[in-house]
Amino acid sequence: MSWQRRILRVNLSEGRAAPEPLNMEWAQDFLGERGLATKYLMENMDPGADPLGPDNVLIFATGPLSGTMASTSGRYAVVTKGPLTGAIACSNSGGKFGAELKFAGYDLLLLEGRAERPVYLHIVDDLVEILPADEIWGTSVWDTDAWLKQRHQNPQLKVAAVGVAGERGVKFACVVNDLHRAAGRSGVGAVMGSKNLKAIAVHGSVGVKVDDPKRFMQAVKETKAVLWDNAGRAELERVGTNAMIDVMQEFGGLPTRNFQEVQFEGVENINPSAMSARKPNGHTNLLTNKACFGCTIACGRIAHIDKEHFTVVNRREYWHASGGLEYETAYAFGSVVGVDDLDSLTFAGYMMNEHGMDPISFGVTLAAAMELYEMGVITKEDTDGVALHFGSAEALAVMAEKTGKHEGFGQVLGLGSKRLCEKYGHPELFMGVKGQEFAGYDSRALQGMGLGYATSNRGACHLKHDMFAEDMEDQTGQGKAKPCKDSQDRVAAVDSTGLCLFTTGAWGLEEFAAQLDAACEGEWTAERLTMVGERVWNLERQFNLAAGLTRADDTLPRRLLETPAPSGTGKGRVNELDVMLPEYYEARGWTPDGEPTTQTLQRLGLASL
Amino acid sequence: MHKSLLIDPQKCTSCLQCEMACSFEHEGAFNPAKSRIKVFEFEHGARAIPYTCTQCDEAWCMHACPVEAITLDAATGAKVVHEEICVGCKVCTIACPFGTVNYNADTGKVVKCDLCGGDPQCAEACPTGAITYVDASWTGYERMRNWAERLDAGA
Repeated sequence: MSWQRRILRVNLSEGRAAPEPLNMEWAQDFLGERGLATKYLMENMDPGADPLGPDNVLIFATGPLSGTMASTSGRYAVVTKGPLTGAIACSNSGGKFGAELKFAGYDLLLLEGRAERPVYLHIVDDLVEILPADEIWGTSVWDTDAWLKQRHQNPQLKVAAVGVAGERGVKFACVVNDLHRAAGRSGVGAVMGSKNLKAIAVHGSVGVKVDDPKRFMQAVKETKAVLWDNAGRAELERVGTNAMIDVMQEFGGLPTRNFQEVQFEGVENINPSAMSARKPNGHTNLLTNKACFGCTIACGRIAHIDKEHFTVVNRREYWHASGGLEYETAYAFGSVVGVDDLDSLTFAGYMMNEHGMDPISFGVTLAAAMELYEMGVITKEDTDGVALHFGSAEALAVMAEKTGKHEGFGQVLGLGSKRLCEKYGHPELFMGVKGQEFAGYDSRALQGMGLGYATSNRGACHLKHDMFAEDMEDQTGQGKAKPCKDSQDRVAAVDSTGLCLFTTGAWGLEEFAAQLDAACEGEWTAERLTMVGERVWNLERQFNLAAGLTRADDTLPRRLLETPAPSGTGKGRVNELDVMLPEYYEARGWTPDGEPTTQTLQRLGLASL
Repeated sequence: MHKSLLIDPQKCTSCLQCEMACSFEHEGAFNPAKSRIKVFEFEHGARAIPYTCTQCDEAWCMHACPVEAITLDAATGAKVVHEEICVGCKVCTIACPFGTVNYNADTGKVVKCDLCGGDPQCAEACPTGAITYVDASWTGYERMRNWAERLDAGA
C-alpha cells in the first residue's frame, strides 16, 4: 500500500469524472508526486499543445508518503505545461490539501479539456461532483474557500483555488490551497483558470495504510529524531526561511533593483529581526510560526499588518493575520524592487495569496518595470499615474493589488517580466530563464546556482538543485557541473516522495528510502531513488525538447554573463556558464546540443519514448 | 495516580501528527477524519487549538448511555466505549456538553478518546509538547512554575 492505487480522471469538456487504477509499473519507475505526474503528463498530452488551451493536461499529484506519519507528509505537486515558460511546469505545495486528496482515496487527479462554464470540483471520498461556480467566479481565493465550506456545510473541506489572476490568465498565476500555501510557480493557476475550473474542494476519510506498520513507525521515529535534533531545522522553526536574507546580504548574493546590485541597504528593515521587533505603537509583525500537514519543522510565518499602515488603515478586511514573509517574498517585494517597508511587503504577500499569484515572478516583473520607468521608457501615462520608482512602497502595494485583480497597468505586469520587457523593446532587462523569473540568489556570487537556473526544466528556479555548500565555499564555476547534476537528481527523487525538500538539511536519501521501503511495495534504496531522480529529470527534459525548447534556452541574461557583480564575495565576477554548461551536458550523458543520448535513455529505461 | 492530557495551544503548530497517531492507533490507518482528537485553526492559522475528551468524572456520556456501553477504565480514568455493546443510539453524543463523543457512520458505533489504555498516542506524536500526559492532580504545575519564575526574575 501507501499508494492508494487509484487516480481520478476528470474530463471537464465532457463533464465526466471517473476513477481508474494507478499504473503500478509507472509508480515503481517514477514513484509519485513530481515523477509520476510527469509520466502521466507525457502519456496524456502532446507537449506541443497550447498551455492555455483545452489540450493541456493539469495534474495534482501526491506521493507514496503523502498523508502518512512520515514527517512533512503534506506535500503535493501540480504538473502541467506552463504558460509562463512553454516548458513543463512542476509546482510543489504544502498545507493540508495534498494529504486530504490522498485520504479521499486518490494518488493523483488528472484534469483534461475545458469546462464550458465556470465549475468547481467537489470530492468527498467516492463522491465526485463537477458543480457550477458562477457564484464564486471573479472572487478571491479567500472568499472562495469560505463560500465552499459554507455551501457544503463542511468546515473540514480542504480547498485549492485560483483567484482572479488565474481566471484572467495572468502568466504567473498560482494555485493557492489552505488560504496561504501555494503551488506557486510557472503559471499553473492560469492553466486551471483556462479550464474554467475555479476550485477543488476535497474531504477524505478513506485514510492511508502502509505495508509494514511496525517497521514504518520505527523508521518514522528514528528519522524524526534526526530531523528534530538538526540545527538547521531548529533555525527554520525559530526564524523561518528569511534567515537567508542576512546570509545573502553578507555574501553579496541578494539581487537588488532588478539585479543591478547584489546587496540591499534596507535589509535590516525586512529581515527576521525586523519581523520580530516591537514598534513604538506596540505592533509586532510576526505572530507565530505554523506547520504544514505532518511537519516537524514548522517554518511557516503568520504575521499581521499594522492597522495604522497606509495599505490597510481604511480596510478592516486586512486586519486579520495571514501568511507572513519568507525569504523569497522578502527578496521579491523587498531588495529586487528596492522597498524596505515591512508592512507593505506583508500586504503584497496578502495580495498574492488572496488573488493567487507567484510572488517571485510578480516582484521581478515589477522590478523590470521600475527599471524601465527609471530609464524613462515608460512613464506615469503607462502606469495609471503611479510613479514606479525603485523603493516605492506605494508602487509595490498598488501594483500587487492591480495585478491580482487584473486592472490597469496590472494587466501588463501580469504578462511576466520577459513579455513586459519585450513589449517595451528591452528584452535584456528580463531577469530569468525560459521566461520564468529568478529566485533571490545572484548567480555571479553563486555560480552553481546559475547553472541550476539555466538548466532547470521549469525555468529559473532555486529549488530544483542544491548547490549552497559548494557555492558558498568556492566562488568559481570550477567543478560545479557534476554536483549540480547530482543534486538535481536527488531533489527530483525527494520531490517524488510526497515529503518536503526542507528535510534534506537533516536527511540523505537513506532516510527517505528507509521510510519508503517500510511503507511501499518494492525494495527501496538510496541508489534506486537516485536512479528515479535522474529518470524524472530526463523525462522532463524530453517533454521540453518535444515542446520545442533547445540548448539555446539553457542560458542566463547578459547582465549576469557580461556585467561583473559590483560588490560582495563575487565582486568583479560574471557567471561562468560557458564553462559549466558543456561539462554539465557531458555529466548528464547528453549530446553537446543538450539532448539525452540513446545510451542515456536506455540506461534510464526511457528509450521507448 | 491518574494522568490526564494537558493541552497547551501556544505550542501547537497545527501539524496534525496527533490526529494521524490517534487514527492509526484506533483504525490502523492514517486518517484524521477518524481521529478522536481534533485541531482547530483560527484566523488563517494564527491560533491552533487541539481539543478532545477531558474524561469528566461524572461523565454525561456514561450516565446517558441506556445500555451501559461506556464504562470507567479504573486504571486510567478514561471513559471507554465498548463497541460490542454500543447500539449506536447516539444519546451520548447529545449528552456530552463538549462534542467529544461522535458517531462513526461506517461502523454504526460512537467513538471517543480512551487515552489509548494509558499511553496516549497523540501526546507521543506531538513534536512540540503542545499535548502532554501528566499527573491529573497537577495539570497546572508547569503554568504555576512559569509564573513563579517571573516573580523570581523580578526579585
